[in-house]
Amino acid sequence: MPSEFPIPLPNLPLPDAVPLSWYLILSAILFTLGVAGFLFRRNIITVFMSIELMLNAVNLSFVAFSYHLKSVDGHIFSFFVMVIAAAEAAVGLAIILTVFRNRQTLEIDEVSSLKL
Amino acid sequence: MDALLFLTFAAIAVGCAINLVLQTHPIASALSLVGVMGSLAVLYLLLGGEFIAAVQMIVYAGAIMVLFVFVIMLLNAAAEKKTRKPALRAVVAVPLLFTFLMLVAYLIQTQAPKGTGVKFGGFTGGGPADIGRSLFTTYILPFEVTSVVILIAILGAVVLARKEV
Repeated sequence: MPSEFPIPLPNLPLPDAVPLSWYLILSAILFTLGVAGFLFRRNIITVFMSIELMLNAVNLSFVAFSYHLKSVDGHIFSFFVMVIAAAEAAVGLAIILTVFRNRQTLEIDEVSSLKL
Repeated sequence: MDALLFLTFAAIAVGCAINLVLQTHPIASALSLVGVMGSLAVLYLLLGGEFIAAVQMIVYAGAIMVLFVFVIMLLNAAAEKKTRKPALRAVVAVPLLFTFLMLVAYLIQTQAPKGTGVKFGGFTGGGPADIGRSLFTTYILPFEVTSVVILIAILGAVVLARKEV
């Protein structure tokens, strides 16, 4: 613990440097929560946001491994993931708008057939 | 100090993610997702990714989430109704997801590279100059392909949002 920190910190048994596995396990937890939201929620917009949560979790893994390998490649990959997520959000939300206009509902259980 | 910052923002991220899954109203879920993205941006900074942290805040927490909130408000989305059916998928999926998480955590603990402690300032190659150099030399072809993908996405969004589809 640096002594110049203004607030006196409690003397917790924390490691001096965060192990890489902590970042990866946080990523796994966020990904699992995203899958859970994807499976349990019935609002189509919330399902879509769960997908974004999964993409974010994977990005954290990319950046953590990039630190481990001391290389910028993981950052480039997570940058591409962000760009594709932006494109996906634009198209996906347009699809949601169209679905809502044709069926007046956002519940995915009521949008189970392709034809009206 | 590093561990304290990591634990704080990891707890915020996990708490917001749990809130995202548990809330029934989409606008509450959207705000929780903004919380997850903000705390992940802090973790990117701790990992030395200044550019990625800035892009995370501007593109993800800014642009994409504004799009989400805009659509939620436009469609006047209400809270989910309580389901009548017994939630069979919860009975099946929760143990499966828990098993998946424990398996992944075990694999990470046993297989992840030991000896790498993440300290702030341990990796300084994630600034805009380094990203730009890599993007326009090694990754020039994926970069150009991405621009085509975005063009197609724009066209698709315009076609889908027309009145008569």
